Amino acid sequence: MTRGFRRIFFLVSAAALAVSFFLAYSQLEPAGRVHSEYGDMVNALTVPELHITDAVSAVNFNVRGFDTLGEEFILFASVVGVLLLMRRQNEEPAGDHEDRIDGRIVPPVSDAVRVMAMLLVAPTFLFGIYIVTHGQVSPGGGFQGGVILATALLLLYLCAEYNQFRRAVPQRLVEVGEALGAAAYILIGAACAGAGGLFLQNFLPLGKSGSITSGGIVALIDLGVGLEVCGGVALAVLAYLEELVEEKEQ
Amino acid sequence: MNHLPYAVAAWLFLAGLWGVITSRNLIHLVICIGVIQSSSYVLLLAIGYRVGRVAPVFVDIPANTQAVDPIVQALMLTDIVVEVTVIAILLGLAVQIHKGHGTLNPDRLSKVSG
Repeated sequence: MTRGFRRIFFLVSAAALAVSFFLAYSQLEPAGRVHSEYGDMVNALTVPELHITDAVSAVNFNVRGFDTLGEEFILFASVVGVLLLMRRQNEEPAGDHEDRIDGRIVPPVSDAVRVMAMLLVAPTFLFGIYIVTHGQVSPGGGFQGGVILATALLLLYLCAEYNQFRRAVPQRLVEVGEALGAAAYILIGAACAGAGGLFLQNFLPLGKSGSITSGGIVALIDLGVGLEVCGGVALAVLAYLEELVEEKEQ
Repeated sequence: MNHLPYAVAAWLFLAGLWGVITSRNLIHLVICIGVIQSSSYVLLLAIGYRVGRVAPVFVDIPANTQAVDPIVQALMLTDIVVEVTVIAILLGLAVQIHKGHGTLNPDRLSKVSG
């Protein structure tokens, strides 16, 4: 199929798709007027019954706690997939690398970047911990905070040499952190069942709404998820960085 | 508020699809898939939005204040996680393809692999 024909074929089908989209959404209620009893119900019970002031966290880690377990393991599986894809292979055929310009000098990292990264590492880390631990109070939680924590690790790479970075962030430690974070979710769920409730049914005191200790198991799950996400993203970043360094050495 | 947010979602979907169809670089193609996926964020938020209501965060406001739908916002969080995982895997595949074939141009790839 030639490029020109493909474009014309796409434009025709896209026009048909656009028309069907238009027909589909013009049947919907206008945005802002959709009615959802389920959402209103969650909003009504999140503070009085769950003591969680962030309703989105209440949905993710309490009402739909089991679904989020699956979500976390999607992330886990994809990190394993990235590691499998990026692992060092002995017999890699060398292509002609048409995308690479011969003799192009890669500029060294500028001092401005290094200084800014160094200044940002500690605040970013602190911010990540804040977001992870306050998921039940305000928007945030394990997923968002975990990514911010991984960003702090990446900033560490920007302000140091690669070898120093590898020493500061040992792969083994990151792997263990990720596995512990993933296991924590299941262990907390099992502990709930062990305490006489159902899997992931809260058994801890709910605490005072709006405080860091509120929400029972939600705060604990957030910590586990934060560790898992931080470890997972860091592992994926490490795998890509390894590739980069390998190419530089060639 | 009318149907405009839905139209934006449809537009993002089609624009991303156009990028995928015309892409000459696999990295660009992966980013276009990200654009397609972002249409689902707009759609979910548009469905959850309620005129005149506040964000579903009950800090410093009475617990019975009318708020927008938190369910779809939580779904959107799941959506973002899925997008991240999909993009991570696809970029890994792109790296491997570049290693194996020395090119990221999908047109040239079809020639290489026959």
